[in-house]
Amino acid sequence: MDILCVCGMGIGTSVLLKMNVEQAAADLGMDVNVTTSDAGSAKGQANMNDLVLTSEELVSELEGTSTPIVPITNFMDIDEIKDALEDYA
Amino acid sequence: MADFSNFLPDTAFALDVAAQDWREAITLAGNELVDAGFTTDEYTTQMIETVEKLGPYMVITPGLALAHARPSDAVLHTGLSWVRLSTPVEFGSKANDPVSLVIGLAGRDENEHLEIMSAIAKALMDPAKTARLAAAQTPAEIRSILES
Repeated sequence: MDILCVCGMGIGTSVLLKMNVEQAAADLGMDVNVTTSDAGSAKGQANMNDLVLTSEELVSELEGTSTPIVPITNFMDIDEIKDALEDYA
Repeated sequence: MADFSNFLPDTAFALDVAAQDWREAITLAGNELVDAGFTTDEYTTQMIETVEKLGPYMVITPGLALAHARPSDAVLHTGLSWVRLSTPVEFGSKANDPVSLVIGLAGRDENEHLEIMSAIAKALMDPAKTARLAAAQTPAEIRSILES
């Protein structure tokens, strides 16, 4: 599964999220390829992924993409991330 | 293992300081980045503008804001600052307010800070370490928790 993690700048929070998504996927035994992006260029990249994870505040920046977008409330909560991955696996 | 001595020096800490609101909290984190020689004042302005434009998405877990802006000329070296607030402030995050710790992040490029971020992610996912970070009295103590 290809997953795109999106934050405002593509260097801070999305990088932390990527690390935790990889950890969650490893715990679940899922094979994932995780990339990061900033909100501005995420739209174009979203369509090449199976799932987009981002924060609540940035969901509106991604409107119009056909890929499912799941907001993550607590980027440090592995269980919340696992739930999101399982819903779309 | 990540070595924090260069990326999070003593000069980049402000422990148990007061801020009136989120702007002042980010300004404190920006000032510590400047004091440590990581950024210019312009970067502080950019961090505040990022929140004004995109909202409080940097409040990524309860009580923690990861303040940052885009890599730019305002970043002189990759590094972090660590501002622990004496009284938590509201950033406007529905789920994760109020914020008691602001970590300022300045990255020269998109890869240089990955090892440091990884160590921070590990510490923040561990409730025992998070509690120890909140109680730590000195920068050296905080670095040693992050490096452990």
